[in-house]
Amino acid sequence: MNALAPSSPDNARRSPAEIALIAAAYAIVGLMLVLPPVLVFTEALRSGLGAALASITDPDALSAIKLTLEMTVAAVAINTSFGVLAAWLLAKYRFPGRSVLVALIEIPISVSPVVAGLVWLLLFGTQGWWGEALNRVGITIAFATPGILLATLFVTFPFVTRTLLPLMEQQGRDAEEAATLLGASFWRILWGVTLPEARWALLSGGLLTTARAMGEFGAVSVVSGHIPGLTETMPLHIETLYNGYQSVAAFSMAALLAIMAMATVGMRSLFEARMRREEPRKAETAGGGA
Amino acid sequence: MSVLIENLTRHVAGGKVVLDNVSLHVPDGAFVALVGPSGAGKTTLLRAIAGLDPASSGHVEIDGRAMEGLPPRERNVGFVFQNYALFRHLTVARNISFGLDVRPRASRPSRAEIDAKVAELLALIQLPDLGDAYPQRLSGGQRQRVALARALATGPRLLLLDEPFGALDPMVRRAVRTWLRDLHDQLGLTTILVTHDQEEALDVADRLVVMQDGRIVQDADGETLDATPATPFVMEFLGETLRFPGVVSDGLFIPADTHVAPFSTNVAEGATEALIRPHEVTLLTDASGGTVKRVGRRGPLERLAVSLGERSVEIERPVEAPPSDPVVLEIAQARLFQNGKPVVEGNHPWSDAPAVLADVVPEPV
Repeated sequence: MNALAPSSPDNARRSPAEIALIAAAYAIVGLMLVLPPVLVFTEALRSGLGAALASITDPDALSAIKLTLEMTVAAVAINTSFGVLAAWLLAKYRFPGRSVLVALIEIPISVSPVVAGLVWLLLFGTQGWWGEALNRVGITIAFATPGILLATLFVTFPFVTRTLLPLMEQQGRDAEEAATLLGASFWRILWGVTLPEARWALLSGGLLTTARAMGEFGAVSVVSGHIPGLTETMPLHIETLYNGYQSVAAFSMAALLAIMAMATVGMRSLFEARMRREEPRKAETAGGGA
Repeated sequence: MSVLIENLTRHVAGGKVVLDNVSLHVPDGAFVALVGPSGAGKTTLLRAIAGLDPASSGHVEIDGRAMEGLPPRERNVGFVFQNYALFRHLTVARNISFGLDVRPRASRPSRAEIDAKVAELLALIQLPDLGDAYPQRLSGGQRQRVALARALATGPRLLLLDEPFGALDPMVRRAVRTWLRDLHDQLGLTTILVTHDQEEALDVADRLVVMQDGRIVQDADGETLDATPATPFVMEFLGETLRFPGVVSDGLFIPADTHVAPFSTNVAEGATEALIRPHEVTLLTDASGGTVKRVGRRGPLERLAVSLGERSVEIERPVEAPPSDPVVLEIAQARLFQNGKPVVEGNHPWSDAPAVLADVVPEPV
């Protein structure tokens, strides 16, 4: 395969056009991807580390961090379970309507989160279809944590399925059939074969869900009602602080959120590297040979 | 463990028939190969025996026990997949012991017993030191043997192999093949092997079941298949075949090609086709003949291209002095077919009896 790689020694002379393109790429990355977090951190630390830390330990801020973590854990747990189920069903079985389901799973990616939030309001708000009836039996969804969870679940629904599906499709059913013939039960196969074989993809999908759940603003903003200390997640709290001209506090919270997100993404690339290494390449399975 | 299959039919979505009224009996201890081109239904039949694909109708019996309604996990059948389907997240040892590890506590052997069984199987597949390795580290031949050990761990008496040599290079293939046959004899297994490679099947199996379009075309040992193929397809599938169209008239087969000598036969008159292997001919120097030239050599055999006017055929013979033109082709022995059915000396074309090798008496040209 090396023979096919473009042969460009490091010291090869590049044309001016090439140099211009490379410079442009760096400029865009710097401007669009590096500058914003750098600015966030600079702003957060403008009044010193002490002020930044103090703003994060404010009760409303702590409540927002706690709520964000709770929602993230719940969303990851629920969407991982259902995502595994959906991917497994779609990868291993052919049934009428399968392609429609595959397309439907993508909806949360394409629909604006604000619209998704409005749908939940329409269903569960006090003026909504089911809101009043649910209120009467003591269940409040809109402007409360269940609404935030629903919104987060909707927005993060596709990630686990989308990472698992291609891998499971490529793996096929052979390993599971082999396990069946060796006497394994359905659950034993799921826990002992299917999930372990897909573990890196599963982790990667889970981390993607985590990053998205922590950062979700639009849908949550609509259903939560923005009640500080009660229904504000970190992104919402950042907005509240910023609109209240508390820019050090806003940027400190933003910096914390950015650190959490970057850690998640970093772990994910680590796992993806592992995954690629464990994937048997086509040549290996087909070529064989001692 | 004997296997009995009666009138097995399987339709897939869209109404396509992938198994068409298949009946087969594999006695205890037999080594049978299912052969045929891809799409013939070999793997489907194997999977139906294992219970992986349900049949639309028909009956499967293993060891005298009806299999209808018995899920694959309860059949205790050893199955080796074409791509081995090893569990990539488990070591070789845990792959092999999987079938024992998943047993309910009550019937599961102790850890020590399982370890002993794994060690025994690792020795059997001649990989005693690879128990702790992961499958990715193994070569194709090693993976193949691990897959076999895994299938044997639960002590099945029936072994089903789906193209087990497909991904191996020729050298390893031959070795594994011999080893597998020895294993079969040594363990007293009943083995059904799927392969598209007729040579492999002839090498390893007692009996070949030739399949085409979801049906069994012929079920016999190698010699019978070669001497009396049931259809021209079987003849061609088993090896290089030369086909000579012609007619039988007045007790003579008269080939349509020029430069081919007629020969006497007593089959019914009419359009007839003579099928031969490339070595079942002799060359006769004759002024009315065609050209001949050597086109290749394989060991003690040489290949000669003989011109028959409109076309030319390649024949095989022991290496001799270079042939000299002009020559006429004399068919030494042939299998005769009329309307795609074998015909026997003195029999009608619609008879079901297989063709016999006609020792032909060449007529002067």
